[in-house]
This record gives sequence, structure tokens and C-alpha cells, in this order.
Amino acid sequence: MDVTDREIKTKNAECKPAENKGSSVQIKVLFFARARDLTGLTELPLELSSGSTAQDCLNKLVARFPSLEEILGSMVLALNEEYTNESVIVQDKDELALIPPISGG
Amino acid sequence: METNGVGGSAADMSRILSELETLKTAKNDIDRRISALEAQLRDTTNIQDKNDTVSNGSCPLISAVHSNINHDLTPDSVYRYSRHLLLPSFGVQGQSNLLKSSILVIGAGGLGSPALLYLAACGVGRLGIVDHDVVELNNMHRQVIHTEAYIGQPKVKSAAATCRSINSTVQIVEYQEALRTSNALEILSQYDIVVDATDNAPSRYMISDCCVVLGKPLVSGAALGLEGQLTVYNYNGGPCYRCLFPTPPPTSACQRCSDSGVLGVVPGIIGCLQALEAIKIAGAVGEPLSGRMLLFDALSARIRIVKIRGRSSQCEVCGENSAFTQQQFKNFDYEKFTQAPLSTLPVKLNLLPEDSRISSKEYKEKIDNGEAHVLVDVRPEHHFKIVSLPNSINIPLASLEVRLPEISKALKEEDNSGSGASLYVVCRRGNDSQRAVQCLQKMGFNSARDIIGGLESWGHDVDPNFPTY
Repeated sequence: MDVTDREIKTKNAECKPAENKGSSVQIKVLFFARARDLTGLTELPLELSSGSTAQDCLNKLVARFPSLEEILGSMVLALNEEYTNESVIVQDKDELALIPPISGG
Repeated sequence: METNGVGGSAADMSRILSELETLKTAKNDIDRRISALEAQLRDTTNIQDKNDTVSNGSCPLISAVHSNINHDLTPDSVYRYSRHLLLPSFGVQGQSNLLKSSILVIGAGGLGSPALLYLAACGVGRLGIVDHDVVELNNMHRQVIHTEAYIGQPKVKSAAATCRSINSTVQIVEYQEALRTSNALEILSQYDIVVDATDNAPSRYMISDCCVVLGKPLVSGAALGLEGQLTVYNYNGGPCYRCLFPTPPPTSACQRCSDSGVLGVVPGIIGCLQALEAIKIAGAVGEPLSGRMLLFDALSARIRIVKIRGRSSQCEVCGENSAFTQQQFKNFDYEKFTQAPLSTLPVKLNLLPEDSRISSKEYKEKIDNGEAHVLVDVRPEHHFKIVSLPNSINIPLASLEVRLPEISKALKEEDNSGSGASLYVVCRRGNDSQRAVQCLQKMGFNSARDIIGGLESWGHDVDPNFPTY
């Protein structure tokens, strides 16, 4: 996914200078379509050190589920139900969704 | 499965089949003539109604002479679409827009079936249907536009007949062909709105690109298993398919309903939503699902709407600097781009030398001759539960390597004469069995051979009563 697009706006980006209250944040990862098959999960709570990006989160997920690698290059990433890119910093209680395309019909 | 009637010779069968075929053709012809005459009759009645200033008492139609009508809906249309007209937010304007619009539905399968039913019913002016496939028994659980009588016949023909029977005033156009870069521009250019109801990745990229090149809104739906996705591409500054997915997913990530299964009602729901979005765009009402994607999760009964990105300035097709022309579209190889075939035909791999393979008929002979052997079925367990060959052991391909000792043990047990038991591998269609044999041979099982064409060929060439799925 291209990270250079200027039009990206997420709630998180707007309140970016947020103070880091603790040393870690807890987020919820939502898996859709193929991501569900590969992980066997629909969602997963994930603890990350504060200041972590969505990319850090993906790295952590791939370490745990190596087969996720297959869809990394072709999916929509959404943070709190809004399109996001890998460089966004995740906040406590955020929901990060991995949405690969379905092509069946 | 039940056996066919007893005692019928092959000649009898073929005579019956050919007579059935002739009669069905004649029946279709008669149906078409009836439908045409009925339409003619309606038109004549309409004209008479309009000319008739004396009300016949029972007719609820408005007489043009006595009423003030500021729209172009015929009295019949007013009556047929009255529930639309009564909707303040849709009304005469929405219906009138619909009647003037043209919508193309690509694919008359799980998504296309409900979409077409509603689009025909709602009074779209012209409705195009593209599909190259024929109706099969295993379509019926979800492709609700088709009836059993049409099994073996083109889906386009079947879908068109149903649409006409629902609404004879809609012009239905049939394209009984596969959509390709060679015909896509010509077909899509004749419609205002395109509905993608296909089932494969290359078609999705091709249709999206074609819509960008022609400037058409694309209502895109997809369904698999228990999940569905829906969005409107290339509309009101929204993204195209490539803005979202510039890189196609690897082949392994592209599953089909024929491989992974699908709960019939799931594409039904997404197809209905596709009809809804198309109707909103055609009627120029409401807020289309552009820049947003709807995710439907049947198991948890959840619908999520995710805000997706806007048009990407860097998109290779719709981006600012893109120079993707009609000519480039025509020359683009979508099958190569996505590493997947446009047709719904399953891939047939050919990974093994001939002496590592055996036909299903030959395997049958081995059984009949009582040859000592082990048959490993490498399909997933839930496939094995549907049907399997007698005495086969189920070791799914994914766990083959860790379960090799089971195969060694089984081979030893079978080896009564001491001259060694043979090892055969089977799967559904004969692709995974080849992969398994490659793996087995690497691990020292040199005599491993796969059954060409898998259980499908067993059902086809050896035992016609063997259930296929």
C-alpha cells in the first residue's frame, strides 16, 4: 500500500501528539476473509509498547502467524473503521482491521 | 444417489435425452411466443385505455384526458411501481430516472441472481446480463434466479427468462460469452452502471479498469464462505479497485466458492445490496457506498462499514499521471497480472512424469486384481467427510510431512507377499495429489503415484454413482 498519499486522515493522526500514559497500549486486531483462515481467529487482543505503529503491529502478527505474509501486500488496513497506513501510531483501545479482498461470488 | 431406471439400454437413454432436448427447445420457443404476445396484448390495452375516455369502472388507471400528469410514466407503470412512487424520497423522479437507466450485471451466479431479480423487478430501462457458464445442480442452493428446468442450459438464457417473466417491460440484453478485454469495452460502454457479480480476481481487475477507462460507476460485491464485501468504485471521486488493491493477492489467497464453499444466503444478501446501490445511483437518490466498504459477517450477524481511501493519485489506472488508455486496456493480460484464470474452470496442474501417475480406471483394475496397496487421500478432513473411496486413509496435504510414519506403517501392514505394497495418492481433482506425490518421492517413497483427475475422474470414468461435489 502506498504510504505517501497525503490525503490520509485518521482520528489517530489528528490527535497524534497524545501523551503516552503507560509504557504499553492494548489494541484489538480484527481479521477478515483470508486473514481469518490463516490465523483461525476473528479477533485478537494485542499488547504493544506505546508509540508503536500499525507496521509494528503487523510485524508482531506475522511473527506469530507467519502465513499472514501472503496477504500483507494486498489488503486494506483500517484503524477504528477508517482507512489507514502502516505508519500511523496506534493508541490504547484502537481496533486495527486486516481486510484482504474477497473475489468469490 | 439413486440409480437410474433399470433395464434401459444406452440407445434408449440417448433417444430419451434427444427427445427431451427437442421438446425443451420447442417449449422455450412457445414460452417466448406467449411472452411476446402477452406483451403485445398489454401494449394494445394500454393504447385503448389511453384512448378510452369512458372508464370501465374496475380499472384503477388514471385517464390521461381527465388528469394532470407531469411525468412520462405510463398508467401501467404508475400502477406497477406505485409503492416506489409513494416513497417521498424516491417518488416519480426516482422511478423516472430508473426507467431511463441501463445497468449491466456481469455474472449470473450467486451475486448476480438476486441483483438481477431486483433490478428487473424495479423497472430499470435496460438490463444486460453477461455470463458464459451453464446452470448446474450445485448452483441451485444460492443462484436463486435459475430453476431446475434450466440445468445444463446457459445461465444467461435462464436468468433472462426469469427477468422477463418478472417484468416484461424491461429490455433484457443477453451476452452469452465470457467477458474479455476484447469485448469488454464494447459491452460496458452501452450501460450507465456496471455491477460486478463475478467470482474471480482477474475479472475484478479487468472490470474495474474498464469502468475507469469508460468513466462508469462500478457496484462491486463479493462473497465467500460466511463473509461478504460491498463497495461502489470509480464514482464521485471515490477510488477504483486498484487504488485499494494495487497488487493482486497471490493465487493461494484467492479462493473460490467451488473450493472453499459458501453459505447460499450470503451472496444473496450481498447481491441484494448491489441491486440497492445500483438503484440508488440510477435513481439519483441517497448516498451511495462510495469511499466506504461494507463488510458482512454472517456468523456473528455483524455489518461493519469501513471508510476506505479516496482515489489514489498514484493509481496506475485512475491516478493523476496515469495514461491508461482503451488500447492499453485491450492489450493488458489480466490472467498474467493476477496469476489466475478468467474462466471458472479449475486449474489442471501437470507436475509429475507419466510413470508417477495412474488413471482412475487403472486404479480400479488394481483393486479388482487385489493388488496390495495403500491409498492416501490428501484432501482436508471436512472434504473427506463428504465422500471417500473405500479403504483410503485421510492425511491432509498440510500435515503430510509430519504424518509420514502412518503411511510407512500402513504400507507394512498391506505388504502380505513381501514384495512391497504400492502407494497411491488421491485428492478431489488431481492437483494436490501431484504435490503430495512430489513431497512423498522427496521423502523416499519413490513408488508413490497419483490418481489423475482425482475423485472427480473416479466419478466420471469408473463409478457414475459416486457423489461429486
